[in-house]
Amino acid sequence: MSDAEQPSNGRGRVTVPRTRKLYIGGSFPRSESGRVRPVRDAHGEFLANAALASRKDLREAVVAARKGFESWSGATAHGRGQVLFRVAEMLEARRGQFATEVADAEGLSLRAAADSVETAVDRVFWYAGWTDKIGALFGSVNQVSGPYTCHSVPEPVGVVGVVAPRESALLGLVSVLAPVLAAGNSAVVLASPDRPLPAVTLCEVLATSDLPAGVANVLTGDPGELAPWLASHEDVDALDPSGAEESLRARLEDAAAETVKRVLDVPVREPDWNEPPTPKRLRTFTDLKTVWHPLGR
Amino acid sequence: MTDPDSAPWEYVPAPESAGLAGLASEYRLFVDGTFSAGSGEKTTSVNPATTEELATVAGTANSDMDRAVEAASGAFRDRWGGLDGSARAKYLFRLARLLQERGRELAVLESLDTGKPVRQAREFDLPNAAAYFLHHAGWADKLDYAGFGPDPAPFGVVGQVLPWNFPLLTLAQQVAPALACGNTVVVKPAETTPLSALVFAELCQQADLPPGVVNILTGGAHTGEKLLSHPGVAKPAFVGSTEVGRRIRHRLAGTGRTPVLTLGGSGTNIVFADAPVEQAVQGVVDGAFFNQGHVRGAGSRVLVEESVAEEFVERVCERTATLRVGDPLDRNTDVGAVNSAAELDRITRLVETGEAEGARRWSSPHPLPERGYFLAPTVFSEVHQSMRLAREEVFGPVLSVLTFRIPEEAVTKANNTPHGLAAGVWSEKGSRTLWTANRLRTGVVWGNTFHRFDPTAPFGGERESGSDRVGGRAGLEAYLDV
Repeated sequence: MSDAEQPSNGRGRVTVPRTRKLYIGGSFPRSESGRVRPVRDAHGEFLANAALASRKDLREAVVAARKGFESWSGATAHGRGQVLFRVAEMLEARRGQFATEVADAEGLSLRAAADSVETAVDRVFWYAGWTDKIGALFGSVNQVSGPYTCHSVPEPVGVVGVVAPRESALLGLVSVLAPVLAAGNSAVVLASPDRPLPAVTLCEVLATSDLPAGVANVLTGDPGELAPWLASHEDVDALDPSGAEESLRARLEDAAAETVKRVLDVPVREPDWNEPPTPKRLRTFTDLKTVWHPLGR
Repeated sequence: MTDPDSAPWEYVPAPESAGLAGLASEYRLFVDGTFSAGSGEKTTSVNPATTEELATVAGTANSDMDRAVEAASGAFRDRWGGLDGSARAKYLFRLARLLQERGRELAVLESLDTGKPVRQAREFDLPNAAAYFLHHAGWADKLDYAGFGPDPAPFGVVGQVLPWNFPLLTLAQQVAPALACGNTVVVKPAETTPLSALVFAELCQQADLPPGVVNILTGGAHTGEKLLSHPGVAKPAFVGSTEVGRRIRHRLAGTGRTPVLTLGGSGTNIVFADAPVEQAVQGVVDGAFFNQGHVRGAGSRVLVEESVAEEFVERVCERTATLRVGDPLDRNTDVGAVNSAAELDRITRLVETGEAEGARRWSSPHPLPERGYFLAPTVFSEVHQSMRLAREEVFGPVLSVLTFRIPEEAVTKANNTPHGLAAGVWSEKGSRTLWTANRLRTGVVWGNTFHRFDPTAPFGGERESGSDRVGGRAGLEAYLDV
């Protein structure tokens, strides 16, 4: 158990614990179900109770994400970049707190956890720089045979459902969330079921980084219970099943088929998130729009 | 054929000779570089303009399919996968040239088998099919520069199930990028329009394409779904309706194979009050009735700004009435036959539903041939969002007119469908056109034009229209394992 979270810090002072809640539409509500679940560290020690989100919480998160999408996709690419840079700044500032939480969650040494947090900061920073270059990367001016101007521009797909990695509680989480946001989408994230506390703290970072309400929504709970609903939801446009267990994959793909939803192609085994990312996630979570117009006097 | 005395002006029929199609009495499967009879049940292909049988077509049994997939797999392993990009490029170039050389023959054959006007097959389908092969010939040795990193890998065997509306053009749109990227293919053309694909097989022989690189099987939906879920097919690809696309996704869930889906969805034209009227009328009519409305993203709905709606609809009907409907082989014909009895039945029922739901129907007075599957071009006005006409993919010569008052309303109504393939925007004000284009949830937006296609321009949809692209750099992604 981390020092900050000890009931007593050894000097006799009794600390004030934080209540871990959900993050929906820019607010921190408890689950409407009133359910919580104890979270333990890698050694089985009790850390805190986390909210156990319900299907109704999920529906509310999707509604919030749709609203968030309107403002986020309407912002300029430059503006989105500024917000994501701010997220990186805020993460950097709370590096120590995250290192402790990641060490507890993943059973790492404090040093290894700090390395992982630093990579997570750099990951957000990397994606923040992409926001105003996606057009140059994926877009094109099409040299059509005829008196037309024709260009193709990438646009965000909309609301993306994200099943966050189960093992890598912060680095894995930002590695899947940052590209969704950088491409201009809003997200409904199901945090790692057994290691949710860094995700809850990340929400506090997001809430203080000028990210419009509803752009990122994070639910703690059981992905086995919630992910199929996320996959089948008509107002969710794409799915990243990164953290879904193998036994859940076929069910998610089947649920997503009903709305012909795009599902990111990801391996069943969690990758090494320290590997440098590629623009693949940005590409998957954008749609290409081709616009034609005649030339004439 | 119409009675010339009854028309206000006369057209002398300009028939293309059916003999140019070089129609054979029997068409066979193409597997591993040779034609074979196939062990499946034989079918016949019908000319929808006359309901006469055109030819007997071999059927595909399971053993034929296994043989085709094995041939494609062997060709990928031994002859194609490791081939230099520049060699692949030259084979694609050969196919493009052969399509051009035999363009007239293939256009007549395509017209006979589909019911589409021969003029359109000659001026649109064939040149475009050749253009897709030419464009992708250029990609085959430049994949390192396509934006997917160095040396992007193909999947291996691709299974492709194609539609009946543009048989040869959709074949080119799917086969050309698949081969350019280094895959081998097993293609199943639509059951009602298999002939041009089986002649394309001859072209593969003439191009000396290594055996097994292209294999062509025939059959119906059942054969198609079997091909797409065949364990030897590394990448299944389907071009057709959302309904079938959805079924394929369900079937492949959990297999680790994600299908390439290029699906349907009616398109919408938005006509603002300041639109260039002549062009808009022409564009809307063309958008709705080109290829009998059998087009993915056809402009089957038009949203007209209320202040000009009445006059606009009148002019659309006037223009539609001048379209010549009839013998597809007559070079004067604008609208040919609906592709099959089943399709005619489906569209007729949709028209009846439209009337029953209270929309106002106008149909072209142009006389229809006595035989064949023909439907007069039809315009419905007073259509509301809740009606099936406005919600379903029409895929036939039927146009529905809705109105709007402000641009936001036009955008909301245009986006109010689960599909998202194509839309047209008509306005002389550039900023309004681009504003609207930005807000439309479609993969393609045509400003002051409609139905423009080019191999350099990515074409495809959003949401339930499937999100894969054909054409351009983006179109390569479907056939690269990246």
